[in-house]
Amino acid sequence: MASPVRTPGHVAAPGIGGVGESPLRPDGTLKVAGEFAYASDLWMDGMLWGATLRSPHARALIRSVDIGPALAVPGVRAVLTHEDVPGRAMFGIDGTEDQPVLAIDQVRYQGEPVAIVAADDPETARYALEKIVVGYEALEPVTDARAVVADPEGLKVQRLGGITRYQPVRVGDVDAARAEAAVVVSGEYEVGIQDQAFLGPEAGLAVPSEDGGVDLYVSTQWIHNDLKQIAPCLGLSADQIHMTLAGVGGAFGGREDLSMQIHAGMLALHTGRPVKMSYNRYESFFGHVHRHPAQMRYEYGADADGRLLYADVEIVLDGGAYTSSTKNVVGNAASLGVGPYEIPNIRIDAYGVYTNNPPCGAMRGFGAVQACFAYESMMDKLGAACGLGPLEIRRRNAVSQGSRLATGQVVESPAPLAAMLARLAAVPEPPPLDPSDLRNLPGGVSQATHGEGVARGVGYGVGLKNICFSEGFDDYSTARVRLEVIGGEATALVHTAAAEVGQGLVTIQAQVARTELGVQKVTIAPADNQVGDAGSSSASRQSYMSGGAVKAACEAVRAELLALAARRLGRADLSVAGGKVVSRADGALGTIEDVLGDAVIEETREYRHRPTVPMDPVTGQGRSHVQLALCVHRAVVDVDVDLGLVKVVELAAVQDVGKIINRTGVEGQIHGGSAQGLGLAVMEEIVVADGLVRNPSFTDYLIPTILDMPPMRLDILEIPDPNAPYGLRGAGEPPTLSSTPAIVAAIRDATGRALNRVPVRPEHIVHGA
Amino acid sequence: MDFLRPATWDDALAAKAELPDALPVQGGTDVMVEINFAARRPAALLDLTRIGALGDWDTADGRFRVGAGVTYARLINELGARLPGLAQASRTVGSPQIRNRGTVGGNLGAASPAGDAHPPLLAGGAVVEAESAARGVRMIPAAEFFTGVKRNALAPDELIRAFWTAPASGPQYFAKIGTRNAMVIAVCSFAIALHPAERRVGTGLGSAAPTPRRAPAAEEFISAELDWDGCGPLPEPARRRFGELVAAASAPIDDVRGTGAYRAHALAVLARRTLTWAWNDHRKEARRCA
Repeated sequence: MASPVRTPGHVAAPGIGGVGESPLRPDGTLKVAGEFAYASDLWMDGMLWGATLRSPHARALIRSVDIGPALAVPGVRAVLTHEDVPGRAMFGIDGTEDQPVLAIDQVRYQGEPVAIVAADDPETARYALEKIVVGYEALEPVTDARAVVADPEGLKVQRLGGITRYQPVRVGDVDAARAEAAVVVSGEYEVGIQDQAFLGPEAGLAVPSEDGGVDLYVSTQWIHNDLKQIAPCLGLSADQIHMTLAGVGGAFGGREDLSMQIHAGMLALHTGRPVKMSYNRYESFFGHVHRHPAQMRYEYGADADGRLLYADVEIVLDGGAYTSSTKNVVGNAASLGVGPYEIPNIRIDAYGVYTNNPPCGAMRGFGAVQACFAYESMMDKLGAACGLGPLEIRRRNAVSQGSRLATGQVVESPAPLAAMLARLAAVPEPPPLDPSDLRNLPGGVSQATHGEGVARGVGYGVGLKNICFSEGFDDYSTARVRLEVIGGEATALVHTAAAEVGQGLVTIQAQVARTELGVQKVTIAPADNQVGDAGSSSASRQSYMSGGAVKAACEAVRAELLALAARRLGRADLSVAGGKVVSRADGALGTIEDVLGDAVIEETREYRHRPTVPMDPVTGQGRSHVQLALCVHRAVVDVDVDLGLVKVVELAAVQDVGKIINRTGVEGQIHGGSAQGLGLAVMEEIVVADGLVRNPSFTDYLIPTILDMPPMRLDILEIPDPNAPYGLRGAGEPPTLSSTPAIVAAIRDATGRALNRVPVRPEHIVHGA
Repeated sequence: MDFLRPATWDDALAAKAELPDALPVQGGTDVMVEINFAARRPAALLDLTRIGALGDWDTADGRFRVGAGVTYARLINELGARLPGLAQASRTVGSPQIRNRGTVGGNLGAASPAGDAHPPLLAGGAVVEAESAARGVRMIPAAEFFTGVKRNALAPDELIRAFWTAPASGPQYFAKIGTRNAMVIAVCSFAIALHPAERRVGTGLGSAAPTPRRAPAAEEFISAELDWDGCGPLPEPARRRFGELVAAASAPIDDVRGTGAYRAHALAVLARRTLTWAWNDHRKEARRCA
């Protein structure tokens, strides 16, 4: 079968930079110029268009489905329901297969797929959806997460029930500590549902292959985990499915769960024709999981000097109807529930529950974001009660190397939180408001103020994020590296299944290869399943894990190259430097090209980080994380206190990344993570009523524009982690944690309002909340 | 769906008479979104972009006649100094790309209560020029144009040809609330226009009722209260009362963008602030003239 007109090809990594330099990204110019081929641009002659019928109800029984009228629409080639799933009817991301490929007898969230259609064009497919007659019997949706904690049996929305995971953490004796505390503060906090809001909606192309299998071009974060779920549902073996990563327009966790993959595969196998599916923006809001909304109760006690004595915490995370990543999100919320502070007595009860609210799963920050908003709000509250400023209360309680976290895990590498706060405090503050340009003011050119009612506030936030997969998961990445002379030049081909989702991974892979092999020319093969598993582009792990795998494979190739050189040159004291094979005694002996000749060296390596252990189910104790990363933020805001509008004037951040592999890339990660945290602080929320989404559009789900995201001052530290490749520390998520509480603290500073919920809305500032 | 592309205004009127269900499209910034999301499946689209004259503006009888195809970007660049309220509102519409496509004519056609152009048209006393093949031209004051949520006074066979409005005869301001600092639909909005020669203040409220509307009691109150002759300062009680009367003229709802209570509160704040800016400008101007 002919290959699609627009599919991913090999990427010639531009630039000449190795590790520590900032070569340009191969996709950067294309994306800015609008020429990058995203999954939604996939095209093949003769392809059909798939579309999905989704439930309008948050919870309903399906009494009947009549596909006849849809099949009668001219141009419709297939209308499929759960009865047509060729293999297993259920799928799920973390080994919990509890989600139907297409709804079976009932729907459990608004937007749950019920039937799929393939037609000659997208409009016909969409029209046919309207002709499918589904007899629903609406049920009262379960929407109160706390109520589910109280009555998990009575409020089951699916077979697995009630509570997805309950994870306690128990350290010391909280009740005894409470009796001794000089200062006690408490608070209830709430985090609304944030969406990943990636700009490239879910899309992909399924092409039937000659062996009865299917070739899938999809936009995902983890090819092999998709495959593990797709194959059994399609009734195919894994080797009958060829997965290739299509252009990904952002992910942020929202592509960890499957969206259209199995559906497009079903339609392609059924019709024998290529099928493209591409969600529009509205559908995308129902096509992926979101960040868990959280309800949290915190109580902290301290001695008269503000040193924490105990923390008593309850965190309830609403995962919606299916399991998705909820168990691991609960693990993070529990293990990181009090952040990077030394607290001798801790009681945390973290729950994930099933409801009929929108499904929630992975999103940048992954359970640590919600807790961070609460524990940082608590640190400010405690500081105020003790007469200490936000920096001093944090400094007095900050962890450092050797400290124990809530899980008992010892902080092994340097964690200089107090020093980072001191550096942050030393960053000059931005100049006072210049109201002569409307764009400086809250509301911007909407001209809500010329400066009247505007008050400035400053706030701080600290976040602690685990890097890589935790709790005993066998976390590894695979890389294959081939070295050969092409056109007279030594060329490395790097092949992994790791998903470039816009974070710059392909650039980093090339930098690693250049550094390890001493060659200039590096080509990156498209990510697919013709090479081993690379794990997910999530948990801030790909530079560490796939970077580590590419490094290991390059080291093996280099060893093979030197063995070849030793054989050909008859000596053993060899190394590679500057594109040459060098002898310790006699200097450069020849170029890599000379040594290689027409030999081809190819090596594949798996890279694993040190093992972790699951949290103890009763005490929450255990070395559950492999690496931890800190980011601290200072936010300066101008707030129109009469109207409740906010202008974030500046964000300053200090983050330890261990080693800067690519400065432009890591700055981009900190900027982007901070922007996403800003969104959660002041605007981003999927608003839900009775289980139904009220704002599934970019008209009403607002994400920050360039007038909302302020300039940043960055102070990036390089304190190496001896256990990580090049000493690096994952960088993508930590800034997403700390920017939110810093901004909210700054708004509190400007307004005096309590603001216990994010996102902060204008009416919360004006009328109180 | 039929796609009609008349080359002349007369052809467009004839097409609209023949197919009253045809939906006119100019910049497409509303219509195409609705079609793409299947929110609307009109029987036919009536593309007006080939009618060059709709993109012209002119002056006649001391007023501007602005064609229905004039974009927000051109309004800002070419008429901003003389229609400052409308230009300020235009600047808050969407992104630069949207402002390069979208038109006030389209805004009037959609008649959304949140349309940004509507409050300054109301405050400035604009008139909509509608036309049909059967009955010719009909002039509809902006204050009578909006008849319900996304409904207007056009007959099924009528098209909007232009709107008429006088150049600013005094200070004008437009202010809008949105929960982000750019590219945001109005939570509520307010426009004010001072007409010193007539000793009158015009107002327009957006996203505050089923239709954009004026605040007549507030206009009447403040027109009588202002010291037009002496150009004295604005007394605080008058400022406050004006805000209250503007808020009282609204009938806002609770929705995903904001609560009714917040909208009423914000309108009062915007009314007070814009009145202050306008009156201060007027006093400065009057001093210069004296």
